[in-house]
Amino acid sequence: MVAYVCAGCGLGDTLDLKQTEKVAQKEGKMQAVKRHDFLCSAEGVQMIQGDIDNDGVTHVMIAACSRRAKTEAFNFPGVAMSRANLREGVLWVVAEGGDHDEVRQEMADDYVRMSCAELKRMKVPAGNPDADTSKRILVVGGGVTGLTAAIEAAETGYDVVLVEKTAALGGWAAKLWKRVPFRQPYADPQPTGVAELIARVVGNSRITVHLNSTIAETAGAPGRFKIKVAQESGAITEETVGAIVQASGFNTYDMAKLPELGGGKPNVVDQAGLETLAVSANGGAIKRADGREVKSVVFVQCAGQRDEEGASGGVHLPYCSGHCCATSIKQAMYFKDANPEVDTVVMFTDLRVPGMAEDFYRSAQQKGVTFTKGKASKVESTDAGCQVHFRDLILDEDASIGADLVVLATGQVPNSGVNIELVEEAEGEKKGAPEAEAAVKPISILNLTYRQGKDLPQLKHGLNDSHFICFPYETRRTGIYAAGPVRRPMDMLQATDDATGATLKAVQAVENAAVGRAAHPRSGDLSYPIVRLEGCTQCKRCTVECPFGAIDEDEKRFPVFNQARCRRCGTCMGACPVRVISFENYSVDTVGMQIKAVDMPDEFSERPRILILACENDAYPALDMAGLSRTEYSAFVRVIPVRCLGSVNTIWVTDALNSGYDGVMMMGCKKGDDYQCHFVKGSELAHYRMSKTDDTLKQLGLEKERVMSFEVAITDSQKVAALINDYAAKIKEIGMSPLKGF
Amino acid sequence: MSESNKAANTVAAAAVARYRNNFLKEVEERVEDGDMVKMCMQCGVCAGSCPLGPHWEHSPQKIFMMIRAGKRDEVLSSDSMWMCTSCYNCIVRCPRQLPITHIMHGLAHYANRLGMVPKGQPTRDIAKLFWDNLLKTGRVNELKFSLAMYFKDGFVQGIKNALAMQGIGLSLMKAKRLSPMEIIGGHKCKDQSGIQKMIAKAREIEDRRRGALA
Ligand code: SF4
Ligand code: SF4
Ligand code: SF4
Repeated sequence: MVAYVCAGCGLGDTLDLKQTEKVAQKEGKMQAVKRHDFLCSAEGVQMIQGDIDNDGVTHVMIAACSRRAKTEAFNFPGVAMSRANLREGVLWVVAEGGDHDEVRQEMADDYVRMSCAELKRMKVPAGNPDADTSKRILVVGGGVTGLTAAIEAAETGYDVVLVEKTAALGGWAAKLWKRVPFRQPYADPQPTGVAELIARVVGNSRITVHLNSTIAETAGAPGRFKIKVAQESGAITEETVGAIVQASGFNTYDMAKLPELGGGKPNVVDQAGLETLAVSANGGAIKRADGREVKSVVFVQCAGQRDEEGASGGVHLPYCSGHCCATSIKQAMYFKDANPEVDTVVMFTDLRVPGMAEDFYRSAQQKGVTFTKGKASKVESTDAGCQVHFRDLILDEDASIGADLVVLATGQVPNSGVNIELVEEAEGEKKGAPEAEAAVKPISILNLTYRQGKDLPQLKHGLNDSHFICFPYETRRTGIYAAGPVRRPMDMLQATDDATGATLKAVQAVENAAVGRAAHPRSGDLSYPIVRLEGCTQCKRCTVECPFGAIDEDEKRFPVFNQARCRRCGTCMGACPVRVISFENYSVDTVGMQIKAVDMPDEFSERPRILILACENDAYPALDMAGLSRTEYSAFVRVIPVRCLGSVNTIWVTDALNSGYDGVMMMGCKKGDDYQCHFVKGSELAHYRMSKTDDTLKQLGLEKERVMSFEVAITDSQKVAALINDYAAKIKEIGMSPLKGF
Repeated sequence: MSESNKAANTVAAAAVARYRNNFLKEVEERVEDGDMVKMCMQCGVCAGSCPLGPHWEHSPQKIFMMIRAGKRDEVLSSDSMWMCTSCYNCIVRCPRQLPITHIMHGLAHYANRLGMVPKGQPTRDIAKLFWDNLLKTGRVNELKFSLAMYFKDGFVQGIKNALAMQGIGLSLMKAKRLSPMEIIGGHKCKDQSGIQKMIAKAREIEDRRRGALA
């Protein structure tokens, strides 16, 4: 165990490093302490590496910059390492001169104490015993998304099992006459290319296709999923795969739910219905079901979509499906290209044509498609066809228009299987609520044997969960990636991109699983949760709270950890009331000891101590960034990075208060529907758990402001300093903790 | 209005149905830059940019929507396009690059040819006075034009107008910008009948091009 102290970047000029070294040796109990003027230089790094190679150093403490800086220089595989953040955490955020020098030195010394304490409890992760090596990829769904995923995986060199529930590949796209253009000049509908795509898939020797098949069971974990593929006949084939791309696609919103817009009446079709008419017209004049040639057509946009009326929301789809405006434009062109005399009206409230579809829109205007800003209220059947009643939103008056055919642009409904949260609720309420039961009726796609439910968790509107900003293909089941309209509504081009992205994630997953490494966002982490089952009380908190469904239960209701499914967030560790879950390099102890290592001034010193538990994904970088821009904040804080606020065990907070801290700030990512938490549920769970600390505070006779949680995004470097300073002022106001020195 | 124009008018009107493309097609064929009307994306930037906007009944955006809605009578008898001051704000800002100002003038012109302009529309009246004045001699007679303008609403109002403008008139005279002698004859161009023939020919070509004489 050796401490290395850097004197570069001004640390040597401003801090009393002699004192710091003494702390490392005497209090931190380091066997040796070495100083270097420029530790991250080749020479400095060589010094450390030399000690590891020649003197058998296994634990390295580096007192220099933030653990997020110079990670390439300070990269010593095989040894345990902790880092005291003297640069971003002290030097750059505390003013110089006068009183400051003293409190700053105290801060630096504390960080060294904390780092030494952490190091002592750390082990080098031994690697993952759960590693397994199937590198095949299962693709569920044979539409454009699934076909693209399959071909991308195969061409990257991975074997693929493709499961399609119908008798043919191609999905919805195979039913289209043409597709919205995706190439210059974005002026005319283009051939779909689906037949060619299918031919490539069928002709690829790496791809095994199961038609008329569904997934009867998915068991295991990344690298060793055991899949039961059920044929229509009832025969079951077993396949072993390493990762899964779920491309189960969408269904069209049922227009029978839109009787006021003519759903179900003759001469009213949805967009899929129009494709059928266009395919049978084969480029000629489009005819209605009754055989009459269509001379006038009205497209009603957003039919049964974007329905947010009323306080409790509308009855139809609340969202925009994204593709339907461009699709209607394309379909209007089917008519215009066959016969320019056909009257084509697209009735929209907002025409949404993302990307290059704006050019496509212009092209339709050139071709004489009329765009009317209006909201359709009623479609009536007439002798000739239909009468569409609408509000003209520009002229602000009620109007109506006759048409031979009306096309309703209904949206996409994801095929995302069972809503496992509703299942849970329904079971909780002893099968009580009828709505809940109705909503769980859909048939499961994956039939996971996971304790937490059969399918991927859903975020909103039945769409499969994803962190749409940072990692869109991630779901809350490691090694299973949602792609295409099952994830969010989208068009063919987006689905193609989506499939490619998800496939690359699946490739990463199988490669990581093969060597026992964590997947995103702790990619490369070799540690995994270790549980001392002797102490486990079978409380089930870990199995319920794990955001990734990594923990199953055995017959005796003990948790069974599936390391390959685990993301190493530590939520289970934070949840466990008897603290039997830990990682080799991150545990209740590594943090607990840091908390206790801080030197606590007495009640009358007027030097409060504030503990900050900061999420390493956003809050900690934001604090570093505050340092980088030399934003000053109170020198009374002591920051400990945590993997996720979800990993915060309440014992840390209780211990901190008992040992005399005046306040505890918890900084994590945004929670809720538009969460930013990298582990999805971590910050939410932490918030929930902390809401229960009020009792503890009361017992200890402390004010409830002594423990507070905050949402901090990675960009909040200024805000974070302000939060700290405000909180320090508040602590000053309520006074020092009475628990010091007990 | 000529007989042929009247005929064209009735034929077109009969064919126009609400929210069909017929009137749009008529505008495309017969109105200057009318073929650009279909490219409007109803963003409303022109309506928001027009300095006269709050004072007219129909903004350019609405006019274009009305054309597409087949509101032939409302459009052609609208006062709105006569209010355009040719400031070109809308043209500069339109994201779809519609030559809005030109279309406004084109519509006004077309409505005038069809005799559908509201009675007493001042812009139209002044334009007419100006045009007749110009056609006579090939040059504008400022004095006669001013007097015609003053007296267009009757004799008494004319006297009032003239008195009100007296000061300006005298200043113009002093600066030699206005000659009282213009009242008798006034200056003219050399080949008056040549000019008139040229204009007549131009009108004929225009009519043919706009299909009004089909
Ligand atoms: S809670 Fe986090 S660390 Fe624990 S098993 Fe689940 S994914 Fe792994
Ligand atoms: S050019 Fe005419 S229509 Fe355009 S903004 Fe100016 S006044 Fe309005
Ligand atoms: S600015 Fe152009 S596109 Fe927008 S409403 Fe006016 S004419 Fe139409």
